[in-house]
Amino acid sequence: MAEYLFLVPLLPLIGFLINGLLIGRLPRSVVSAVACGSVGLSLIVAIMLFFDLKALPADARLIEQTLFTWISADILHVNLAFMLDPLSAIMILVVTGVGFLIHVYSVGYMAHDKCFGRYFAYLNLFTFSMLVLVLADNFLLMFVGWEGVGLCSYLLIGFWYEKQSASDAGKKAFIVNRIGDFGFLIGMFIIFWHVGSLDFATVSQNAPMVFAAGGTVITVACLCLFVGATGKSAQIPLYVWLPDAMEGPTPVSALIHAATMVTAGVYMIARTNVLYMMAPDALMVVAIVGAATALFAATIGLAQNDIKRVLAYSTVSQLGYMFLACGVAAFSAGIFHLMTHAFFKALLFLGAGSVIHAMSDKQDMREMGGLKKHLPITFMTMLIATLAISGIPGFSGFFSKDEILWKSFSSSHGHVALWVLGFITAGLTAFYMFRLIYLTFYGEERMDAETKKHIHESPRTMTVPLMILAVLSVIGGLVGMPHIFGATNYFEEWLHPVMAGPPQEAATHALASAGANTSMEWILMFASVALVLMAIYLAWYLYRKNTAAAGSLADKLSGARTTLANKYYVDEFYGAVVIRPLIVFSLFLWKIVDVIIIDGFLNGLASLWHDISNALRHAQSGRVRSYATMFVFGVILVVAYFVLGSN
Amino acid sequence: MVPISAYLILAAVLFGIGTVGVLISRNVIVMFMSIELMLNAANMVLIAFSRALSIADGHVIVFLVLTVAAAEAAVGLGLIIMIYRNRATINIDRFSLLKW
Amino acid sequence: MNLDTVIFIVSAVVAVFGATMMIAQRNPVASVLYLILSLVAQAVCYVQLSALFLGAILVVVYAGAIMVLFLFVIMLLNLRGSEDLGQPPKALSRFTKYTIGILMTLELVFIIKGAPLKAMATGLIGKAPDGFGSVEQVARLMFTDYLYPFELTGVLLLIAVVGAVVVAKSRKPGDPEETQTEETAGTNTNEAGS
Repeated sequence: MAEYLFLVPLLPLIGFLINGLLIGRLPRSVVSAVACGSVGLSLIVAIMLFFDLKALPADARLIEQTLFTWISADILHVNLAFMLDPLSAIMILVVTGVGFLIHVYSVGYMAHDKCFGRYFAYLNLFTFSMLVLVLADNFLLMFVGWEGVGLCSYLLIGFWYEKQSASDAGKKAFIVNRIGDFGFLIGMFIIFWHVGSLDFATVSQNAPMVFAAGGTVITVACLCLFVGATGKSAQIPLYVWLPDAMEGPTPVSALIHAATMVTAGVYMIARTNVLYMMAPDALMVVAIVGAATALFAATIGLAQNDIKRVLAYSTVSQLGYMFLACGVAAFSAGIFHLMTHAFFKALLFLGAGSVIHAMSDKQDMREMGGLKKHLPITFMTMLIATLAISGIPGFSGFFSKDEILWKSFSSSHGHVALWVLGFITAGLTAFYMFRLIYLTFYGEERMDAETKKHIHESPRTMTVPLMILAVLSVIGGLVGMPHIFGATNYFEEWLHPVMAGPPQEAATHALASAGANTSMEWILMFASVALVLMAIYLAWYLYRKNTAAAGSLADKLSGARTTLANKYYVDEFYGAVVIRPLIVFSLFLWKIVDVIIIDGFLNGLASLWHDISNALRHAQSGRVRSYATMFVFGVILVVAYFVLGSN
Repeated sequence: MVPISAYLILAAVLFGIGTVGVLISRNVIVMFMSIELMLNAANMVLIAFSRALSIADGHVIVFLVLTVAAAEAAVGLGLIIMIYRNRATINIDRFSLLKW
Repeated sequence: MNLDTVIFIVSAVVAVFGATMMIAQRNPVASVLYLILSLVAQAVCYVQLSALFLGAILVVVYAGAIMVLFLFVIMLLNLRGSEDLGQPPKALSRFTKYTIGILMTLELVFIIKGAPLKAMATGLIGKAPDGFGSVEQVARLMFTDYLYPFELTGVLLLIAVVGAVVVAKSRKPGDPEETQTEETAGTNTNEAGS
């Protein structure tokens, strides 16, 4: 089975080629069959490979497949090779699994769109790129996938390019990602410069010998890689593109901007955990940025009225959690949250898509309300996802979030302050998510009559993926039960061979102070659950029980509220600090450097030759005899050269 | 007996006269005839070497050159006739449309 | 000084004299006649070099046919040597051109007297092999080794004939487009001349 590893990315690529080359020539049924079929087959292959991998002994869980040598130049030797280890196995399962469900969902969601074929071609290309990213066995191939998903993200955000805001959002995402990619490239160069290889295996093996632990070089390299991660995974300061990315079709938001692509940064850090473990300062930066982003985005999410924007900021916030986990060296917890988040956030987005579909493409929550009885399935599934993301015990989000919070408190890289940030974020998350639920599904129906007439539950192709994801959102957390429940954390064990440092450390940690820490863990867990319940109660009180109180509260806090609704004016700040100077500088380059200096130089050169030619053209008298004279004279010179030269 | 070099020098002199003819002649037809003279000087060289080496291939080449000269004369004279029709002159200096 | 030498000197002098007179004449008809004279003298040299066939061809085809073609053209155009040939060239330009021609001749002589050719070219030539330069020998070569070039020159002649006809063909009278071009071209010339 191992030799079929290449099929996992290849199948979506074939789907892309079929749909992409035959845009507008295939009937919709064929397009959707090809798109879903290719990803579905890929999922089946991925599952079979997963069981293959599972059958191997824990230390030998590695399937590698080298297709061919891609670049071979002096010491730079890069293969087009795929690597399946426990980490990438989880990633391909998430990508193909969630991807498949979203493909199926899209068949229903995009049914009325005129660019059906183009949409699925992009979606397949995205799946292919994402699989290349996670399966790559070296930095360069990973970068190919990294850029590929960035491209698809751009294409899909700007999918409805007739809309000015959509194409602007696409460009914004692309440009902001460029900044991050630049960091990634620099990090990659530093690593190559010192290690002389780009293979993950070689780098991990040689890094301890090449770099001094905690040294400047490794720290800079890790920080550069982290800049790449902040771009792709929407962390402070490069998160600004993700909320705007909601201009794309909703399934795209679910697949790319919630479940898979934005988690690439987390995956990358987990993949290079060996390097990060050697650079504690870089880890600290990761943790602080993660925690700060989590809190920052959550507060913005409180005051958004666009249903998708709430979810977008929620995504940024949850990604912050994952980075927090990575930053405290709890990489497997980060990946665990990545997985559960993929389930419930994809579900939330798809549910939101279902709502938007029902609301005739209206996204403002203030115009919704009372949708519970119209959209029973959507409501139920979204409620489950909301409970999961809020961290209600029993749902998947609880386990992963709790593990992160606990690790940020207990890990040797952790700190109480980090825990506090995460703890507050948990409360805020529960509050804004239930605000979303109450505004959307409860209360009076605030939409206009025309919209109301068209409200309907979504077709089967959309609701079935919702239900499957709902099931996964509930049970997805069971694979990673915390130790204190007396269960085995299968997830952490599974990832143990890949994560060199942390689990071992955690084990000794747990061994050393088992008694004291267990009670502490219980206390923290109850504290966060209590906070979440309070937040839910508050949301219920403000948006369900006593909406007048919400209004008066909003009036009292109108200053803060405006700031939040305007997203802390970060876009405006970037506009003033980054974009304006850049425009001024570009104008300088254009008007002064380009037009005057460069054009002036070239035009001067051209007019110089023009003048010289103008003087010389008189030699062309048009008289045959003068030409003949010159010609014969030339012959004489040539003959003289040979005759005299040979003697 | 005459040495071959004598014939070669004769050919060189004829060639030089042809060159001067081309350069100084203002009459297209005379210019054209000077070119024919230069061709014949080249033929003379071919025949002289053919004789010196006792290889008759030079003769064949001369024959081909004569044929080409005939073709050239036909086309060239046709051109002269046409130019004369247009310009009513055979002064080569008047055919200077190709100047700057 | 034997007979061969005498014949060579006489024919060489006649050839050079004819060539010189050709370029010196103002009347094109006289030029043609002097060129024919030169060609006949050259044909004598051919015969001396055992190129009997080519000597005959030179007289018959070149002096006989091609030069007559020239004469026809001159008659057709009714040239009498009194045409306007513009102002005579300046002395300096004339001097330059003579110098160039003389330089070229000297260079060629220098090459002929140069080392590589000396051994072969200065030796007195003996008797030519039997049948050398005869019609039979030339024809044999031409139709065996040189068959393709020969055929190609045939094609070339055909093309030249067609081309000459096309180029020299008199225009249909009253073709407006052509007439106009002619007029425009004529004005251009006048402007350029003035």
